[in-house]
Amino acid sequence: MPNTTPPLSPTLSTGPLQLSLGPVLFYWTRQRYADFYREAADWPVEIITLGETVCSRRRDMKLDDWLGIGRELTQAGKQVVLASQTLIESEADLRDLRKLCDNGDFIVEANDQSALQRLSSAGLPFIAGAALNLYNPATLGVMARAGMRRWQAPVEMSQQDLAKLINDCHQAGVPHPCEVFAYGHLPLAWSSRCFTARRHQTPKDRCKFVCQKYPEGLVLRSQESRDVFTLNGIQTLSSACQDLRHELTCMADMGVSVARLSPRAEGMAEVVTAFDQARHGRLATPDPLALVDAEICDGYWYGRPGMDNTRTMIG
Amino acid sequence: MELVCPAGNLPALKRAVDEGADAIYFGFQNITNARQFAGLNFTDKRAREGIDYAHRHGKRVFCAINTYPQPDGWEHWTRAVDQAAELGVDALILADMGLLDYATRHHPEISRHLSVQGSATSHEALRFYHQHFGIKRAVLPRVLSITQVRDLAKQTPVELEVFAFGSLCIMAEGRCYLSSYLTGESPNTRGVCSPAAHVRWEETPEGLESRLNNVLIDRYAEGERAGYPTLCKGRFEVTGETYHAIEEPTSLNTLELLPELRDLGISAVKIEGRQRSPAYVSKVAGIWRQALNRLEAQPERFDPEPAWMAGLAELSEGAITTLGAYERRWK
Repeated sequence: MPNTTPPLSPTLSTGPLQLSLGPVLFYWTRQRYADFYREAADWPVEIITLGETVCSRRRDMKLDDWLGIGRELTQAGKQVVLASQTLIESEADLRDLRKLCDNGDFIVEANDQSALQRLSSAGLPFIAGAALNLYNPATLGVMARAGMRRWQAPVEMSQQDLAKLINDCHQAGVPHPCEVFAYGHLPLAWSSRCFTARRHQTPKDRCKFVCQKYPEGLVLRSQESRDVFTLNGIQTLSSACQDLRHELTCMADMGVSVARLSPRAEGMAEVVTAFDQARHGRLATPDPLALVDAEICDGYWYGRPGMDNTRTMIG
Repeated sequence: MELVCPAGNLPALKRAVDEGADAIYFGFQNITNARQFAGLNFTDKRAREGIDYAHRHGKRVFCAINTYPQPDGWEHWTRAVDQAAELGVDALILADMGLLDYATRHHPEISRHLSVQGSATSHEALRFYHQHFGIKRAVLPRVLSITQVRDLAKQTPVELEVFAFGSLCIMAEGRCYLSSYLTGESPNTRGVCSPAAHVRWEETPEGLESRLNNVLIDRYAEGERAGYPTLCKGRFEVTGETYHAIEEPTSLNTLELLPELRDLGISAVKIEGRQRSPAYVSKVAGIWRQALNRLEAQPERFDPEPAWMAGLAELSEGAITTLGAYERRWK
């Protein structure tokens, strides 16, 4: 089994790793969001990111609804972030984006350059999202000058590369906290086409919001019945759940500040508990391979294809 | 409108010039460009020859350095930028914000074009790149519809270049990690999508199978036309149905949209395909030159000649040529 290289600089540790709950990537019902965040208020996560990042047609939740949930979570002691949509395509999308950026209460996670422009020109601080493609200290320097407060590593980045990047960023005077996608279906692609609507043979403009029927997306399998991707409207996710529970100590040592857990419809309380225990050095024995009913993967972290699961690989 | 053609090698570059390209884009033989194929792209010497040839014919040359500099190897990318500058290219096609910043500081005199890999889909995004790096032009992602291109063209602070012909990416370019999920290598990190080293073809009793890092991408019945196993163009099963679950193998052809693109003030049309042969580049460039000349002469009465459409259809990947994302028949 391949192993992680030793962390480059243990001194980069910024204290105990924080846990964050990423935005819900799937389209849930209002009731489901409400129930989910009511529960999450009591979970041992420090940061909760809210908002619709995938599709502008998903309109059950308005900005005011997110702000309301955000205020409740703030009262419960959480740091709240509002995430912007990753693929901005229309003037309507830009109008929504402006409202989100100008919300006045919560810091925004910028997931594309439209958001970056809006936030930086207004002098507002922001979190730099994973799809901004932050692969090197020079890019992170640009972000820092534009008002970045925290950044997310690209999902495809390995531990070795990330350790070097964090180290180099510190040396380059960009010591901003870094967040890693530690658990969940990996967001891998965005399109203007809707693959869930396509499965239902309906045009995107008349999709009838079919993706709401699939609170954990639609599994795409090879013709040999191997799970490959998860279709989530215009977004394509990994079919396997990335699980880096066993890497939290390594993350803290190499200077990662936040581990992001991406919500699933079922079993999230258990996931959060397991990660909370793991960051305090307590890993369950015997190790339950999967926390929820999904295959797991961790390949990216080891510099391998993202779909690989090094914990079950032989040789 | 400028006709921008691809060159994967010197013969392709010369043929493009000869057939009437206004500008040719190329990349170096390494991971700094998003079309890294074995035996393709330019050495320093070949690039020098090509640029000289193009300039002697009054044509421009752009250098694509449009992968994302990785944490280990920043110098590969800055060296490529310096090298392109030293060669005297007319523009750099860049995606990474750090590298754009580097080019802005070190080679302010060379035009910077935002690569399609920079994923700018709105005028606000274009404004960001313009304000921070003074980009002169942006290549628009193929996910946009003509309506969206129109909206964008009204408010853009920079020149716009749109894809005109060739392979069609249906994911927002620069933000697609599907390839590295299956193979460990992606357009962003290594300049490859569904890389050939991971492809395997196999005759089986069920038919001809194409695999990418052992994942079955498609299976062809006898007589069916088999395509390269680009992972988003395979046939997969979703809730019991097996079909092209993401995208059918289709090419982009915007010839019919030319008058509209011209009216929108689009500065350039781009032919995809640095991985294609010189013969391909030559044919495509020739047809598009004729079309653009006709458009110039009779903008009100432009109608694509059946011979052009047939010629382009012959060169297309997959069985069908559509207008691709711009038309949105699927919408």
